[in-house]
Amino acid sequence: MEIFLQQLVNGLVVGSVYALVALGYTMVYGILGLINFAHGDLVMVGAMVALQTMLFLMGAAPGMSPLTMLTLSLAVAIPVCMMLGYTMERLAYRRLRNAPRLAPLITAIGMSFLLQTIAMILWGRNYHTFPQLVSTAPLQPVAGVFVTPIQVTIVVGSALIMAALIVLVTKTRLGRAMRATAENHRVAALMGVDTNLIIALTFVIGAALAAVAGVMYASNYGIAHYGMGFMPGLKAFTAAVLGGIGNLGGAMLGGIVLGLVESFGAGYIEHMTFGLLNSSYQDIFAFIILGLVLIFRPTGLLGERVSDRA
Amino acid sequence: MNELASAVPWLGRRNPQAARWLIVIVAIAAPLVAVLFGRTWVRVLDFALLYVMLALGLNLVVGFAGLLDLGYIAFYAVGAYTAAFLASPHFGVHLPFWIVLPVAAGCAALAGIMLGFPVLRLRGDYLAIVTLGFGEIVRIFLNNLNYPVNITNGPQGINTLDPLVLFGWDLSRNLEITENLSINSLFLYYYFFLACVAGSIVFIQRLQVSRVGRAWAAMRDDELAAKAIGINTRNLKLLAFSLGATFGGVAGGLFGAFQGFVSPESFSLMESIAVLTMVVFGGMGNVAGAIVGALILSALPEILRHLAVPLQQTLFGTVLLDPEVLRMLLLSLAMILMMLLKPAGLIPAHARYSHVEHLKRHGVSR
Repeated sequence: MEIFLQQLVNGLVVGSVYALVALGYTMVYGILGLINFAHGDLVMVGAMVALQTMLFLMGAAPGMSPLTMLTLSLAVAIPVCMMLGYTMERLAYRRLRNAPRLAPLITAIGMSFLLQTIAMILWGRNYHTFPQLVSTAPLQPVAGVFVTPIQVTIVVGSALIMAALIVLVTKTRLGRAMRATAENHRVAALMGVDTNLIIALTFVIGAALAAVAGVMYASNYGIAHYGMGFMPGLKAFTAAVLGGIGNLGGAMLGGIVLGLVESFGAGYIEHMTFGLLNSSYQDIFAFIILGLVLIFRPTGLLGERVSDRA
Repeated sequence: MNELASAVPWLGRRNPQAARWLIVIVAIAAPLVAVLFGRTWVRVLDFALLYVMLALGLNLVVGFAGLLDLGYIAFYAVGAYTAAFLASPHFGVHLPFWIVLPVAAGCAALAGIMLGFPVLRLRGDYLAIVTLGFGEIVRIFLNNLNYPVNITNGPQGINTLDPLVLFGWDLSRNLEITENLSINSLFLYYYFFLACVAGSIVFIQRLQVSRVGRAWAAMRDDELAAKAIGINTRNLKLLAFSLGATFGGVAGGLFGAFQGFVSPESFSLMESIAVLTMVVFGGMGNVAGAIVGALILSALPEILRHLAVPLQQTLFGTVLLDPEVLRMLLLSLAMILMMLLKPAGLIPAHARYSHVEHLKRHGVSR
């Protein structure tokens, strides 16, 4: 039972990070029908820029409180990612909006590898230790389950961000414009929506979420690395598909469900397969779920639209 | 063979006959020139031919049938590991090459069908992600199947694969003609690979204008319309996956025997992407494009490796960008810029219409 609850907590934590990243995928897909492959690498960029800022601050102002440092590093990482998201959209994806089927996707894959390569040039191939500014020492165990402050911060933080995003999309003028653009570009443009601006803003908002997720992910594991964004990116995409791509609530649900499945899977796979497979197979769960969902329920759990494009 | 001639700029259009002969001469003379710069360059050419074969196979799936496969390297892995299982001291099995290669091809084709069945209903970008997942799953298994029973030997990979032996003639030994004249093993492999590639080209070009090839083109251009005129898209998709995989498997088997060892890191996602870039760079749906793309993008990183490192040494005193980084940079930029500036690739395929031309010339044939 303790193992079960412990894995539940771990799953929730990882799942909330996946959910944040999945929101970026799902918003872009909802509006453009594009799988922005490079979105996962924005997670990495967010973590790396934050790491660089923290290292700088530690050198420049050694006595700074961890909370200020975290806030400042987020204040640098988020705009950097937003700018990067905007640049990608402006330079590459916008020109390909009417291109033949596979062109935007191939460009996005190229973008992903370009970001990784640039990160490799800037930060090298090594794994960097990520300063754990929020404590990772477990609090008083409840029912035998250890919870750390960083885990609480991640879950609460991502819940708040997601709530804010839902308010943004459902209650504000900008949100209405976004939904209209997702529904139909041309008609939205006729109604006076600046669709180019809205699409760019969607990328920018997604990038900001990715930056936050990157800092959370790196803080949770305590490491950062040029290739760290790839797997979470793929898993977040899986989460978005699982929830029903193009659907915000779906992305959140999918993220949490995927986090839980993965965490329980890793915890129990050895018992389930009688020792044949062990937890080094953790990464295959996401792919298996992705395959199963796409085959049996392509609209996802809360499905909104079926992919018919490309 | 007309399409192949289009690989030669300028001459190709004016005099295809001459262009074809030029290609044959260059292909045969290439290693003789390369060896002037050192043996490593012949090795580079050997690997370039393997990439050509991979690009031809992937082009069949992506270019002809329009199915974006991001896990293609998995079939290469299946072929290479089959060769490793059947002809190495790992299991103590040493089957002759003429059994190993067809089995490797067959296993890869089977893997292609296994991948094909579940993804039949998926299109475009979803298909791409699922195939990517398939490639990663294969790699994860190769990496971890050394426990509880050691099958793949995990991350270390399998060593000392048997070399290629044709009719008792060992390609890994230098061929002694007279006492002071011998042909290096790298050349022997080169010409053997060249023969394989030539065979593949003939096969694929015949396939492209065949009933199957035309049906693929129809399916790629409009799946619904293809279904409506009675094309069995399910079987055609499976055929595309399994035939493409067969090429991957053969290339994998050759790679294993040539390199002498296989390990999971040769089959990373980056390699799938590299092969895809070759196809995209050269021109999707076009045999000449796939070949040119593969040759350029497999040789260029090697040339950069030999030029850029000393250049950086003299300019900056240190190596800022190591060769592996340069390769990734080159591939990713090639992919992005090609899509933005010249989406049809270096040699745009008129494949869409080439079968129409063929029909006009030769009439409708079954």
